Amino acid sequence: MSKTLIRGAKVLGGESQDVLIDGGTIAEVGPELWDADVTRVVEATGKILLPGLVDLHTHLREPGREDSETVLTGTRAAASGGYTSVFAMANTFPVADTAGVVEQVWRLGQESGYCDVQPIGAVTVGLEGQKLAELGAMHESAAGVTVFSDDGKCVHDAVIMRRALEYVKAFGGVVAQHAQEPRLTEGAEMNEGVVSAELGLGGWPAVAEESIIARDVLLAEHVGSRVHICHLSTAGSVEIVRWAKSRGIRVTAEVTPHHLLLTDELVRSYNPVYKVNPPLRTERDVMALREALADGTIDIVATDHAPHPQEDKDCEWAAAAMGMVGLETALSVVQETMVDTGLLDWAGVADRMSFTPARIGQAEGHGRPVSAGEPANLTLVDSAYRGPVDPAGFASRSRNTPYEGRELPGRVTHTWLRGKATLVDGKLT
Amino acid sequence: MQRHLISAADLTRDDAVLILDTAEEMARVADRPIKKLPTLRGRTVVNLFFEDSTRTRISFEAAEKRLSADVINFTAKGSSVSKGESLKDTAQTLEAMGVDAVVIRHGASGAPYRLATSGWIDAAVINAGDGTHQHPTQALLDAFTMRRRLVGRDAGLGQDLSGRRITIVGDVLHSRVARSNVDLLHTLGAEVTLVAPPTLLPVGVDTWPCEVSYDLDSTLTKSDAVMMLRVQRERMNAAFFPTEREYSRRYGLDGDRMARMPEHAIVMHPGPMVRGMEITADVADSDRCTVIEQVTNGVSIRMAVLYLLLGGNEPAVAHPSPTTTLTTRRSAPTSELRTTEEK
Repeated sequence: MSKTLIRGAKVLGGESQDVLIDGGTIAEVGPELWDADVTRVVEATGKILLPGLVDLHTHLREPGREDSETVLTGTRAAASGGYTSVFAMANTFPVADTAGVVEQVWRLGQESGYCDVQPIGAVTVGLEGQKLAELGAMHESAAGVTVFSDDGKCVHDAVIMRRALEYVKAFGGVVAQHAQEPRLTEGAEMNEGVVSAELGLGGWPAVAEESIIARDVLLAEHVGSRVHICHLSTAGSVEIVRWAKSRGIRVTAEVTPHHLLLTDELVRSYNPVYKVNPPLRTERDVMALREALADGTIDIVATDHAPHPQEDKDCEWAAAAMGMVGLETALSVVQETMVDTGLLDWAGVADRMSFTPARIGQAEGHGRPVSAGEPANLTLVDSAYRGPVDPAGFASRSRNTPYEGRELPGRVTHTWLRGKATLVDGKLT
Repeated sequence: MQRHLISAADLTRDDAVLILDTAEEMARVADRPIKKLPTLRGRTVVNLFFEDSTRTRISFEAAEKRLSADVINFTAKGSSVSKGESLKDTAQTLEAMGVDAVVIRHGASGAPYRLATSGWIDAAVINAGDGTHQHPTQALLDAFTMRRRLVGRDAGLGQDLSGRRITIVGDVLHSRVARSNVDLLHTLGAEVTLVAPPTLLPVGVDTWPCEVSYDLDSTLTKSDAVMMLRVQRERMNAAFFPTEREYSRRYGLDGDRMARMPEHAIVMHPGPMVRGMEITADVADSDRCTVIEQVTNGVSIRMAVLYLLLGGNEPAVAHPSPTTTLTTRRSAPTSELRTTEEK
């Protein structure tokens, strides 16, 4: 079995340590390690060693939209960004609402070898919000689904949402809600506020998100279930989740990197690369989200990686698709907005991007401490690097990043999936 | 303002006054037996209309033809998406045929801005109305009409609208005319008041450079011009207001209300009017209502914009200079216009 020695890395940003990987496992962590059988030494002095990142919210597009992304290209993008586990959203064609489709996605992930893929099952048949999908069958399939979501659409019917929350308790599942009141967001194209009023674009009001979150935390309390809130985007949503947690309601929440950095002022360019759902909000929202991620009100960062082909963005705003790719820039954006601002240390980053998402999604073997005996799912980051984002270098099949040309800190140089290097010196293996 | 006209907000006070002054020169041409200038001879303008608008399209076409431009009309019903061809491909196809300017009307807010800034084409872009965003030539023709009526045809030359009180009434939320007018009238020094039910005002309107009122009667007596916006009947189906009659009672302009306006005050409407809804027939047909004048003035304004953007005062044999900006062309082209006029 091959042995790799990572030398002098700051484990979770702390003391410099050597880490010895033996096969798929971390054999030893300590100062000045040596082993005669080491086949590869990685000089990591000054770099940050993190547990492999876990993304609870990825769109891999396969089956159906292989022109945007496939499981293979998406997992390569994930490895490039330091991820060892991604949760694939259900809004594929066909929708992942049966055991057959989730098993297909799961199997494609196994074959890719770059990153573990855990399929998310749809809550309702065809994401239509009317009839529960066979949640139990998806759980019992080879894919072992535990997270269910109609992401892209809101489970807006209160009774369906209540039943879903109750039903998945039987096998310890969790419903991840895309909080968007549909009637309040008819024709919505961007955040409703000063900028939308000027630009004449249909408004997506904060209350459309907040009212659903308020309803769902109360439903979760009433039926004693846990609920997860996808891509929380407003200061008001933070307040509601904070209140719910203080009441003991079992709610977890995620924020995307782009909602931590970008605001609706960018929409003044009418460049659809900034078109995303939920929309970019205001500076005040961005600051509230950062603070909430720092104090734990928001539990995790999830990318909402949403690849789209060029023609779906190279057009007028109204005609453009919503979404941004994110896997390959997520850690840099988190460093820029949370670490370099002093809001979060690297141990905090490990918690928000690995430990906690793995726990919410029950991703076995992921989000584990960097210590002897644990699976060797690891990410090495050169946090001193700073440079412009170049989408031409992306592993993703799509290029719809809002960060093109923007200088961001941090670069993932190595990723190991159960001891196998998937990324070496910034290059995929 | 650069080489495109996308938003009324992009115009400086001097840009706007230059356009109004130039339009007065153009209007004089219309009074002559031969209403044609050779200034855009050899230049090609395409009217790219993704949204039905016969009035605006004909107005631009008349302006282009009076300036002797070659005119191509391209009308595509529905959006580029439903048509299957992208805006980019359509624009590039037209440019490949050698157009110097694109006059675009599009249902999507921002489509003209995208056309002008994405590097898809090199032609000058003139916004003829985009979604609920902007309709700058409408605002210019409205300002032109106000200046003529409130300041005077000759007295107005070189002047703006300082201190004039303009009230805009109706569906501000869905109106590109209201947005363009607020921007331009503010630039020209007018005091603008928007009047509408709260449901038909956008969230964020409080940051606009104007006053907002929910009460028509209290603002009428303090208005030099009252601009009524069209209110589509289908809006009541989306609960913006209860019934057509209630809207008319609270926000419609009838003879009684018009009588309470100052004697010199005018009534304006961008058209098409919905008689019986926002305006009664007796008001629409009264001589205080400028709706027909606005149509006439629209041609003069569009001639002025095309002329200034396309470097129309260059001698016909000289190299065209489509990159010339309005600001570098500050001098009014009166004398040249007269000398180049066709005999």
